[in-house]
Amino acid sequence: MAKADSITAYERVQAARNGKRPMGSYYIEHMIDDFVELHGDRRFGDDAAIVAGIGYINRIPVTVIAMERGETIEERMKRNFGCPEPEGYRKALRLMKEAEKFHRPVICFIGSSGAYCGIDAEERGQGLAIAENLYEMMGLKTPIISVVVGEGGSGGALALGVCDTAIMLENAVYSVISPEGCASILWKDATKAPDAAEHLKLTSYDLLKFEVVEKIIREEGKTEREICSALKRFLLDEIMRLQTLPVSELLDERYEKFRKIGAYR
Amino acid sequence: MSGIKDFFSSITKGNAEQQPPRVCKSCGAEIPYADYVENHCICPECGTYFRMRAVERLDATVDAGSFQEIDRKLKSKDPIKFPDYAQKLDKAEKASGLNEGVVCGTAKIEGMDTALFIMDSAFMMGSMGTVVGEKITRLFEKAIALNLPVVGFITSGGARMQEGIFSLMQMAKVSGAVKRHSEAGLLYIAVLTDPTTGGITASFAMQGDIIIAEPKALIGFAGQRVIEQTTGEKLPAGFQRAEFQLEHGFVDLIEERPRMTYTLAKLLALHRHV
Repeated sequence: MAKADSITAYERVQAARNGKRPMGSYYIEHMIDDFVELHGDRRFGDDAAIVAGIGYINRIPVTVIAMERGETIEERMKRNFGCPEPEGYRKALRLMKEAEKFHRPVICFIGSSGAYCGIDAEERGQGLAIAENLYEMMGLKTPIISVVVGEGGSGGALALGVCDTAIMLENAVYSVISPEGCASILWKDATKAPDAAEHLKLTSYDLLKFEVVEKIIREEGKTEREICSALKRFLLDEIMRLQTLPVSELLDERYEKFRKIGAYR
Repeated sequence: MSGIKDFFSSITKGNAEQQPPRVCKSCGAEIPYADYVENHCICPECGTYFRMRAVERLDATVDAGSFQEIDRKLKSKDPIKFPDYAQKLDKAEKASGLNEGVVCGTAKIEGMDTALFIMDSAFMMGSMGTVVGEKITRLFEKAIALNLPVVGFITSGGARMQEGIFSLMQMAKVSGAVKRHSEAGLLYIAVLTDPTTGGITASFAMQGDIIIAEPKALIGFAGQRVIEQTTGEKLPAGFQRAEFQLEHGFVDLIEERPRMTYTLAKLLALHRHV
């Protein structure tokens, strides 16, 4: 086991944000067979920051919902640098409901600096879109597994993060606020982000210790393909385990997973 | 003044008689505290809404002597040992007279039983850490057990960053409890007051069966400065105010503060026959 503190928290933040790091589409391409992408929220539009559809993982049909920032600059513009608008979250929820109808497990890939901050996003109910996902996912009658593969940025990440099993790649991070945002609010100085990253306790090792995530997929010394295979193996095991649970037990365990998070006296 | 005196002594460590006059930020009027409470914490000169304290909201909302507080003593354990947070908590406690940013309990409104949570912006801007999340979750669970509706008065800057990921996860935790309460066929009325932003808008503020807003309250997800910095656009007049949210279809109604209890009572009564 690599030491959790062998690299700094901010180095992990930078690794999670690295433009060459594989995002949702990579995992779909290398893990899911016969993937059919499905578009749109059937209300307003289609948000390219979230790629969603149905395919097989080995021979099990699954619904996959993945944040994607794109590779080329044109693609990044189209995908809004991976920051979902309300339509992205609504597309995700629509397809989760479809998965529920057909008792199909849902896999979410999270990697985004956060929900898009814009006038139009507010006009179309960014807060409501996230709130509805949290609410509905808490009661979704089919297994949900969330994998943080990049930066898990606050409420915009949590909107795909209500799940039965939470997984993080070793260098992924997951936080209530970006280190830059935290540093500029607290110390009026965004250049103190590395300090904030340390204090926010946002690494995969921190979150495993806090029992917010159940599993870390090791990255150190591994190729992208090896990471992907290890993740796929764990996903398959989890899907099999969760599929054997009666729905009421699945939902009770999901409730308890979040219910127990807190520290008070 | 008698009601508010009781709330001050039972809910906070403060004292109603020692409250200084309030000064209106808009017109500068100085309002003796008794008049201020009498006037629903609205400036009698210019009509500006002040941010109401939890004790003042209780006094304006619940039947005298009916409020039973729960989980009053719950305090944060500083889960990620964030720098200066312990001192900030102490300061907030002294400033607000409360142990945390939300007051929870059961009460009667116009004779009707309800569970009630009231956030207080005097405690770290009503931000949600694990205690606020836990207290509101427990309240919804208690309401399920007692077969009660929930009325929530919301004011919050969002998730509390000093508790890191623990704060973020409270959004999911509370949402789970709201969902279960709803599945039990029970009513949840969310009253959004100034300001309601960030992770609170993105969770239980927007999960009410009925969502009421106070006039001109700031209600939104992203902070205004963040939007301006991210997009370089100038924000339109009235952006993210209650009237904007009504126009865009995100709140059911805007109610004036002096009529709020009356409207809540009407809605509670309308949901009694199921």
